[in-house]
Amino acid sequence: MRNYFWLIPLFPLLGFILNGGFGLWQVARTGNRPAKPFVYCVACGSILLSLLLSLSCFIALLQLDPHDRVWEFELFRWIHGPALQTVTGDLANFHVSWGFQLDPLSVVMILVVTGVGFLIHVYSIGYMADEEEGFYRFFAYMNLFMFMMLTLVLANNYLLMFVGWEGVGLCSYLLIGYYIDKKSAGDAAKKAFVVNRIGDFAFIIGMLMIFTYFGSLDFTEVFEGVEEMFPTPETLWGPLCWIALLLFIGAAGKSAQIPLFVWLPDAMEGPTPVSALIHAATMVTAGVYMVARSSAIYSRAPDVLFIVAVVGICTALLAASIAMFQNDIKRVLAYSTVSQLGYMFAALGVGAAAAGIFHLMTHAFFKALLFLGSGSVIAALHHEQDMRKMGGLKKYLPRTWWTMGIATLAIAGVPGLAGFFSKDEILWRSFSNPEGHLVFWLVGVLVAGMTAFYMMRMMFLTFHGEERLSPEVASHVHESPSVMTVPLVILAVGSVFVGYLGLPAWLGLGPNVFEQFLEPAFETSYHGAGESVHAAHSTEILLTLVSVAVAGLGIYLAYQFFLKHKEKAARLRERFSGLHSIIYNKYYVDEAYDFLFVSGGTGWGRFFGAKNWGRFLSAFDNNVVDGAVNNSASMTKFVAWVSGLVDIHFVDRMVNLVAETFEFFSTVLRKIQTGLVQRYALFFVIGIILVISFYLYMGV
Amino acid sequence: MVDITHYLVLSTIVFSIGVVGVLTRRNVIIILMSIELMLNSVNLNLVAFSDRLQDPSGQVFAVFVITVAAAEAAVGLGIIIALFRNKATVNVDEIDLMRG
Amino acid sequence: MEATLFYILATMLVVFAILTVTAANPVRSAVFLISALLCMAGFFFLLEAEFVGAVQILVYVGGIMVLFLFVIMLVSVREVEGQRRANRQWKTALVLGIVLSFELVFFVVQGAEVFSADIIDQQFLNLDSQTGNTETVGGLLYSTYLLPFEIASVLLLVAMIAAVVLTQKRL
Repeated sequence: MRNYFWLIPLFPLLGFILNGGFGLWQVARTGNRPAKPFVYCVACGSILLSLLLSLSCFIALLQLDPHDRVWEFELFRWIHGPALQTVTGDLANFHVSWGFQLDPLSVVMILVVTGVGFLIHVYSIGYMADEEEGFYRFFAYMNLFMFMMLTLVLANNYLLMFVGWEGVGLCSYLLIGYYIDKKSAGDAAKKAFVVNRIGDFAFIIGMLMIFTYFGSLDFTEVFEGVEEMFPTPETLWGPLCWIALLLFIGAAGKSAQIPLFVWLPDAMEGPTPVSALIHAATMVTAGVYMVARSSAIYSRAPDVLFIVAVVGICTALLAASIAMFQNDIKRVLAYSTVSQLGYMFAALGVGAAAAGIFHLMTHAFFKALLFLGSGSVIAALHHEQDMRKMGGLKKYLPRTWWTMGIATLAIAGVPGLAGFFSKDEILWRSFSNPEGHLVFWLVGVLVAGMTAFYMMRMMFLTFHGEERLSPEVASHVHESPSVMTVPLVILAVGSVFVGYLGLPAWLGLGPNVFEQFLEPAFETSYHGAGESVHAAHSTEILLTLVSVAVAGLGIYLAYQFFLKHKEKAARLRERFSGLHSIIYNKYYVDEAYDFLFVSGGTGWGRFFGAKNWGRFLSAFDNNVVDGAVNNSASMTKFVAWVSGLVDIHFVDRMVNLVAETFEFFSTVLRKIQTGLVQRYALFFVIGIILVISFYLYMGV
Repeated sequence: MVDITHYLVLSTIVFSIGVVGVLTRRNVIIILMSIELMLNSVNLNLVAFSDRLQDPSGQVFAVFVITVAAAEAAVGLGIIIALFRNKATVNVDEIDLMRG
Repeated sequence: MEATLFYILATMLVVFAILTVTAANPVRSAVFLISALLCMAGFFFLLEAEFVGAVQILVYVGGIMVLFLFVIMLVSVREVEGQRRANRQWKTALVLGIVLSFELVFFVVQGAEVFSADIIDQQFLNLDSQTGNTETVGGLLYSTYLLPFEIASVLLLVAMIAAVVLTQKRL
C-alpha cells in the first residue's frame, strides 16, 4: 500500500485520457460521440478506484503509530535546476521532484475529494443525461479536475502543489464555460481564471521567496528550515510575514475571499455538478488546505494570522449579508460557500487549523448536497433558477426536499448534525485561543444567525408555501431519477454523521478524535503561543448555547418572514429600499472592479496613447489656460457659482442631516414608550438577566 | 439530605414563577399577588439561611419583610380601587395614558 | 422524614404558585395563593422558625389575603370569563422567566460548595435549648433591631393613612 498510493491521482488522469482522447478520436473518425455507458463507466470507475485506494491507505495509516504516519513517494525527478544562492549565502540546487506525501492532513483531504467527487460523478450521469454533444468532454474535464486536485493535496513540495493549483484553475475555466454557446458562461469562465491569476501571481512570488530563504521547495525541508531560522514568532514584519502574506493572497484568489471573491457567484453559470464539486467541496478548499499545510510558516507570523482571521470573518459577514437577499437559488448557495470559507479562514487565523479542516470536511458534505439538491430542483423545473418562481415543491420532490432539509439544518448549526460540531468548534476557538478575540466570536455568531436565516429562507421559498410555478413548468414537475437522488441520500447521511468524528471534549466522551488524528501534521507549527483565556468547559457550553439560540432565532425569523407573513418581508424591503438595493447589487463590488480595472484599464490604455496625449495637451492649453486669462471675470462668476452650490447642497445638507438624524432616532426610540407598565417591567427583567449573565461570565 | 441548596433552588423557582406572573397577567390584582409570591420566596431564602447559620437575624428580617409586604399590599390595593373608580377596568394593558 | 416533608411541601408550593399565576378567576387565584402561603408557613415550621411561621399565618394569610379578597370582590364585580388572561408579551415573558430561573439555579448550584463549608457560628445571643424561638426573635427585635422596628411601625402608620386617603371619594 505504501508503494502504491501515488496511483490515487493517476486513475482520474487515465480516465481523462481515455474519455477525452478516445472521444476526440471517435468524433474525428466517425462524427459520433462515444457510447454513453462507456464514458460513464470510465469516468466514475476511475474515481471509485481512487476512492477505494484512498480508503485502504487510510486504514493502513491508522495501523501505524501516530508519529509514523507519513509516507513519501517520489515518482520522478522533475526539474534538475542550477545551484542558486540563498539568503544565508549557501548554494542550493533548484531540484523539484514529482513526489507525493501522505500524512493525516492529506489523507483527510483525499477522502473528502474522492468520496464527495465520486458521488457527484454518479449524480452527473443523471444531470447531464440530456447532453448529446459534449457529455464526454464534461466527464473528461471532471476527471482531469480530480487528477489536478489530488495532485494538489498529495504533493510533497510547493511547486507540484502549484501545478495542481493551476490545473484546478484551468479545469474550473473549462467546466464553467462548458456551455460553449452561452456568452455569459464564457465570460464567467474568463473572470474566474483572471481573478485566480492575480492570486497565483502572489503565490509564485511567495514560492520564490521561500526558495530564496530556505533553499528548497519541499515541505519537509522548508518547514525544518523555518524551525531553524525562526525559532520564535516574528514580532515585527519580516520576511516570513511577507511569504505568509503572499501565499495568503494566492489562497484568497483560489478560495474566494475579500477582495478576490467576485468570480465565485458568476461561476454558477457552469452546470450544477461543477458548482457542487469545484465551487463547494474541493477547489475552493485548496486555499484552506495550503494555509493549513503551511502552518509552520503561519504560526510564526502572527501579524499575518491576524490579517487572515480579519479577512476571513469579514468575508463571512459580507457574503452572508448578500446571500440573504439573492433570488437565484444557486447564487444563495455560492455566497453561502464564500461565507463558510470565510469561517474556515477565520479558524486558521486564530490558530485553530484542525477546526478549519474539520469544517472543510463537514462543509464539503452539506454544501455538495445543497448544490446537487438545487440541481435536482432546477432540472425538475426545466432550468428555472429564480426562487420567486418556485414554491410548494415539497410534494413533488420529496427526496430532494428531505435531503436538502438535512443539509440546511446542518449548515444552520442545529445540534446533533455535522455542521453544529464544526462551526461551534470554530466559534469556541475564535473566542478562547490566544490569537482569538471576542469580536471574532461576536461576528461569527452573527454570521451563524444570518446563515440559518438565509438557508431556511431558501428552503421555505423553494419547497413550502404557495406554488408560484409558471404553468408549463408545473405540468412537468417530477422527482429526479435514482441516479441523482441516491447520492443525495448518501450525502445526507454523511451530513448527519461525519460531525461525530470531532465531538468536543466537554461532552465527556473523550477528547476530540479528529483533532488528535491531525496532530502530527501540525508538529512543525509553533506551539506555546501564550496563555489562552482561562476558560472552563462551562464557558464553552454557555457559548454553544448562545450560538444555538442565535441559529434558532435565525430560523424563527425566516419562518416568520417567508412562511407566515410574507407581506412583512415585502414591506421591510420597501421601507429600507436604499439599503436593500445596495446589498442586493452585491455592494456594487463588481461594478467598481469593472470601472477601475476592466473598462478603466482599457480606458487608461487608450488615454495614455501618444496621439491622445498631444490632443489632450493642446486642448488643455487652448481651453483652460487661455480661457482663464481671457475670461477671468466669468471665471470669478463661475467660482462664485460653485461655492454657492457647495453651500446649498453640502453645507445645508449637513445641517439638515443633523436635524433629520435626531428626528429619525426619536421616531424610533419613541416606540419604547408604550405607556404599558408591564412592558417596562419586561425590560427590567431583561436587564437583570444581562447583569446576572455578566456576573456568571466574570466569575466562572 | 435536604441541605440549603434545595431551599435556595425552590426559592428561585417560586421567584421566577412570580416574575412570569407579573410580566404576563392583565389583571392588576393578580399582578399584586405575584409580587406577594416573590416576596415570600425571598422570605423562604432568608429563613433557610437563618437556619443554616443558626442566626436568628434572618427570621427578624423575614418579619420585617412581611410587615413591608402588608404595608405595600394595603397601599397597592388602595391605588387599584382608585384606579377602578376612574377607569372602570382592572386590566393593566388598557391603561396607557403615559404613551409617548 | 424531613426530606419527605420537604419534597411534599415543595411540590405543593410550586403547584399552587403556578396555579396562582395562571388561574382565570381572581378569587381562585387568591385561594391558591393562600394555599401557597400556608405551604410556606409549613416550611417555616420545618426550619424551626415557629415565630415567623405563626406571623405568616396570622398576618399574611389572615390579614393581607383577606384584604385582597375584599378588594377583589369590590373591583371585579363583572364576569371576567371570556377575556384574555395573558397580555401580548406572554411568550417573551415565559422565555425570560425560564432563562432567569436557569441562570439563578446555575448560580446557586455553582456556589453550592461555599454553603457546605463549615461556618463558625457567630451568635448574637447565647442560645440554649431552653429558649424558645419567639423569645429569641423577640429579644433580637427589641435590642439590636430596635430602630428598624420603630421605623416599621411608622411605615405601617403611613400605609394606613395612605390607604384611607387614596380611597376617598373626594380628595
